[in-house]
Amino acid sequence: MKKNNNICGGLYTPKVMETFKNPHNYGKIKNADGIGKVGNIVCGDVMHLYIKVGLNKKKEETIKDVKFETFGCVAAISTSSIITDLAKGKTIKEALKITKDNVIESLGGLPKIKYHCSVLAIDALIEAIYDYFLKNKKEITADLQKKHNNIQKAKEIIEKRYEKWTN
Amino acid sequence: MKKIYLDYAATTPIDPRVAKAMSPYFTEKFGNTMSLHYFGQEAKLALEQSRDILADLISAKSNEIIFTSSATESNNLALKGTALANKSKGNPARIGYAEGVAGGHIIISSIEHPCIIESSKWLKKQACLRRQGFEITSIPVDKYGIIDPKDIEKAITEKTILVSIIHASNEIGAIQPIEEIGKICRERKVYFHTDASQSFGKISIDVKKMNIDLLTASSHKIYGPKGVGLLYIREGVKIEPLLHGGGQENGLRGSTVNVAAVVGFAKAAEICKKEMVKENKRLIKLRDKLIRSVLKIKNSHLNGHIKNRLSNNANFWFEFVEGESLVMQLDLEGIACSTGSACSSFKLEPSHVLLALGLKPQEAHGSLRVSLGRFTTEKEINQLIKVLPKIVKKIRAISPFK
Repeated sequence: MKKNNNICGGLYTPKVMETFKNPHNYGKIKNADGIGKVGNIVCGDVMHLYIKVGLNKKKEETIKDVKFETFGCVAAISTSSIITDLAKGKTIKEALKITKDNVIESLGGLPKIKYHCSVLAIDALIEAIYDYFLKNKKEITADLQKKHNNIQKAKEIIEKRYEKWTN
Repeated sequence: MKKIYLDYAATTPIDPRVAKAMSPYFTEKFGNTMSLHYFGQEAKLALEQSRDILADLISAKSNEIIFTSSATESNNLALKGTALANKSKGNPARIGYAEGVAGGHIIISSIEHPCIIESSKWLKKQACLRRQGFEITSIPVDKYGIIDPKDIEKAITEKTILVSIIHASNEIGAIQPIEEIGKICRERKVYFHTDASQSFGKISIDVKKMNIDLLTASSHKIYGPKGVGLLYIREGVKIEPLLHGGGQENGLRGSTVNVAAVVGFAKAAEICKKEMVKENKRLIKLRDKLIRSVLKIKNSHLNGHIKNRLSNNANFWFEFVEGESLVMQLDLEGIACSTGSACSSFKLEPSHVLLALGLKPQEAHGSLRVSLGRFTTEKEINQLIKVLPKIVKKIRAISPFK
């Protein structure tokens, strides 16, 4: 079958549906080392990502555990699940290199109109790492700071929208 | 697993009786209605008999019905056709060169189908030379999705050409007081069009009694084939065609007529007329059972009015849940429904109908439309009632909001 990836009526791949049906690593981590809370101002989806950081054998900071909570569509839930799979066990340095294309590839493709869901997953991971750096007074690179500032703008708008549910 | 279809507002299967009536018109009675010979006459006869049946259903005259390819086409024709034919309405006969000419005025509601909204937007942009584009007024609805006819009365000006109001909402099933609206329009000498795509065949309509000047109906919503709709145009209404061609349909719609589809449409309408009262009673019973059961789910809400809605429509929203996920989870259980969630729309915006009721975007995000039909059984509704609470719980377990 031809790859169905045009803007009107893109279908989900079997991998997306499988991930949606049985998402990995959903829920909260109590005493998480870093929490990333992001929202998409376009469609209104919200993702929370929790990470637990430890040291590996080479004494590098590594994502030991990761969990998500998502209010969103099939694509949002699938990309959330995939980002946890991709990030788990990676060093923080490696985790920051994960791109939206990695997420899309891991799902065997996404309808174009749903690409923003993969961006949301990446943003959630960046925010969780940023939060970890901040809490542990680690150096934050200019690049990471810039990304964080951009994500924050969207988050403020979304948080206002969901005020009733969060208080 | 046997699939359960609960999306009859999207489309319906062709009733086997309709398919049977259509079948000779594909291979044997295939003529062109414009041909003079036997084959043409046969097709023409079938076309005119179908027109009689459909006209009778809404108490119209046969020459007041024209066939189109869809309700979308009928709605486009109703709006653009009357707007373009009456664009000078309310403008003084002589206008100073410097002043420019105001475009005509059209009134719609905030819960129309996208084809009405998009046609209006297009008309708004049709400015040329010294003539401005058409002016569009959108009438709000109350929290149940019902229009106050007084709002329409207030909005009518001397430039108003047409009022176009959807009879029954495709999303929330709300039924508008079209008889009252029709009366106002007739008194103020303004054309009244109603999009009856969802109500035709389900609610009895009398265009004369209700003072309707134009009415849109669709075949595939009433167990007829896709690709055919109709527009009722009261005798005397000034309208321009969209498709110019070989003179078919009183010169208002050029195109070789799809006779098989038209025959199917008429047969489908005939069955609806015969079974309407009994079928509505049956569906209301099932619908109300569904509504009662679903509202037992914590933090669930009904969209639209409990009573003033189509017999086959139920629409809910669930807190902390997104609609596309809900629909796809139901689909995995073999149950087909629909949602007004932003994620499910090509524009990534929540349903304008739900927002018009006063729902916030996040509330419309969690909406679920269940639409019943002729082949819906109590067993199927029971299955949905059984599965839905579990699915809502599952999605809420993943949600950051609880």
